[in-house]
Amino acid sequence: MSQTLAEKLLASHALRDGAPVPEEARRAIRAGDLIEVAVDVVLANDITAPLAIREFEKLGVETVFDPTAIVLVADHFTPNKDIASAEQCAVMRRFARAQSLRHFYDVGRCGIEHVLLPEAGLVRPGDVVIGADSHTCTYGALGAFSTGMGSTDIAAAMATGATWMRVPETIRIECSGRLGPWVGAKDLILYAIGELGVDGARYRAMEFTGPVIDGLPMAGRFTMANMAIEAGGKAGLFAADRITQAYLEAHPPASGASIPESLSSDSGAVYESTISIDVSDLEPQVALPHLPENARAVSSIDEIPIDQVVIGSCTNGRLDDLREAAEILRGQQIHPDVRCIVLPGSPQVVLEAVREGIFETLIRAGAAVSTPTCGPCLGGHMGILASGERAVSTTNRNFRGRMGHPESEVYLAGPAVAAASAIAGRIASPWEVMA
Amino acid sequence: MRLEGRVWVYGDHVDTDAIIPARYLSTSDPRELAAHCMEDIDTSFASRVQPGDMLVAGENFGCGSSREHAPLAIQASGIACVVAASFARIFYRNAFNIGLPIVICPEAARAAETGHTLEVDLETGRVSNRVLGVEYQAEAYPDFMLELIRAGGLTPYTKRRLASGVFDRLRGGADARAAGAGP
Repeated sequence: MSQTLAEKLLASHALRDGAPVPEEARRAIRAGDLIEVAVDVVLANDITAPLAIREFEKLGVETVFDPTAIVLVADHFTPNKDIASAEQCAVMRRFARAQSLRHFYDVGRCGIEHVLLPEAGLVRPGDVVIGADSHTCTYGALGAFSTGMGSTDIAAAMATGATWMRVPETIRIECSGRLGPWVGAKDLILYAIGELGVDGARYRAMEFTGPVIDGLPMAGRFTMANMAIEAGGKAGLFAADRITQAYLEAHPPASGASIPESLSSDSGAVYESTISIDVSDLEPQVALPHLPENARAVSSIDEIPIDQVVIGSCTNGRLDDLREAAEILRGQQIHPDVRCIVLPGSPQVVLEAVREGIFETLIRAGAAVSTPTCGPCLGGHMGILASGERAVSTTNRNFRGRMGHPESEVYLAGPAVAAASAIAGRIASPWEVMA
Repeated sequence: MRLEGRVWVYGDHVDTDAIIPARYLSTSDPRELAAHCMEDIDTSFASRVQPGDMLVAGENFGCGSSREHAPLAIQASGIACVVAASFARIFYRNAFNIGLPIVICPEAARAAETGHTLEVDLETGRVSNRVLGVEYQAEAYPDFMLELIRAGGLTPYTKRRLASGVFDRLRGGADARAAGAGP
């Protein structure tokens, strides 16, 4: 009766006619089953909430199923970037107030949603989380089953407290060896996506295991889980452990920091496949335009001059990431032809970065430091690219036109390569710019 | 339910930024979305697509964002059906939820060229290329997806189920709270 982590997480929330299924039936749930599950957290943002609210209003109920379970974050086109965006935000704001939502985060108190929610203690190991944003898979780092969906799915869940799911097969990604200097979680996930391809994990849960994962700090786990969708993955899962426990104690959920038992795959669990990665020889990676799967070692890339660098976002906007960038930028000057834009993930990240002198380091180097917002990541605002321009970005997607003009290019990388490239004015590795 | 239309053929990994660029996400008005559908990969599509036409694509159609604006833009542009070799997960769900018919049929997708005519029978899954004179069998839908299609999408389906009371337990005191009763 062995189950994978993905099977367990969904089975523990499985419903029949609106009630939890009995224990025996739960243990029988396997990949391929189509089930209805109770959800713990339902998330939307300023570009997906208006559609969800419109659909919700057609469902014939006045109130959401639980006002403490819905999380709305104004992070994409905010601070309101134009009249149309302001009107969308107004719809979301009105709804949050009308429904007395406890977890509504607006400009000034909001962060980029996938940095903010764990920090605010809104996701626990064992939870099922759905969000109207494809990078909702980020919370798999906490041992929750967390996945992105569209606005109509979110509307239905806001009303019912449930959603339908096909239980996914699991691809195990086993990581061994030791990460070298300036090689981190972003490089590892870019490499893995390069191996899998952008649809190599389509409909699958990706489960990250191995000694490298066991020692990976939470920031790195969030980075990796965040990009599960870029291989087509439904979820990016990490078993909850002591590192998770310490994180929860620092960012306690309302119901406490304890981890439910048995939140890892059983030893006899059936995986669809296993990929083994020895990270000892892994170099910093750069994903070339226009697919996240185009990962290459940074040393293999010829002279490519750049116009912009973006450091931050839901992928790499945590304190660890800004620290890494600051280590490289300290005492250096960003190249005169490069705009370097920093997108910290939350007000908490901002405060800590200020206290540690990180912001001073970045600003003295010539970076433009923003309030938390998704901004340029999806071509919204705060750093759009013109025709022919190139950016190195710590974001998660580089499809054609992603950050601006269809004739612009986005190269994905981790904070160290992004910072080094900002100094060099071309794609560069950290040791090229460090004395 | 049988559909017949002239097809527009695209390749693999057509992502949601290609289907509807983020710069247009300040609106959820279907007509505005339709006006910019496929803009960054085919500037001629939006102005030349006719109601009843079909989209044909390769692997992993609709990859990228969860934005429901993507299938909405396609639906609003008049496209009656999308036939692809495979669909990205979130796009697949979204299409069913909003009632946009989609069909998984790699052979039909690979053989078609822009301008061909396809006939699609959603009940049987038969796909016919009128120009090539070839018939294909698409992947069958899971029963649950057929239920969604018959209901007209997730919203009418969910509305009916909510009215039946099946979610009362999960909604807890939500309705009582709304009526002003309780703490």
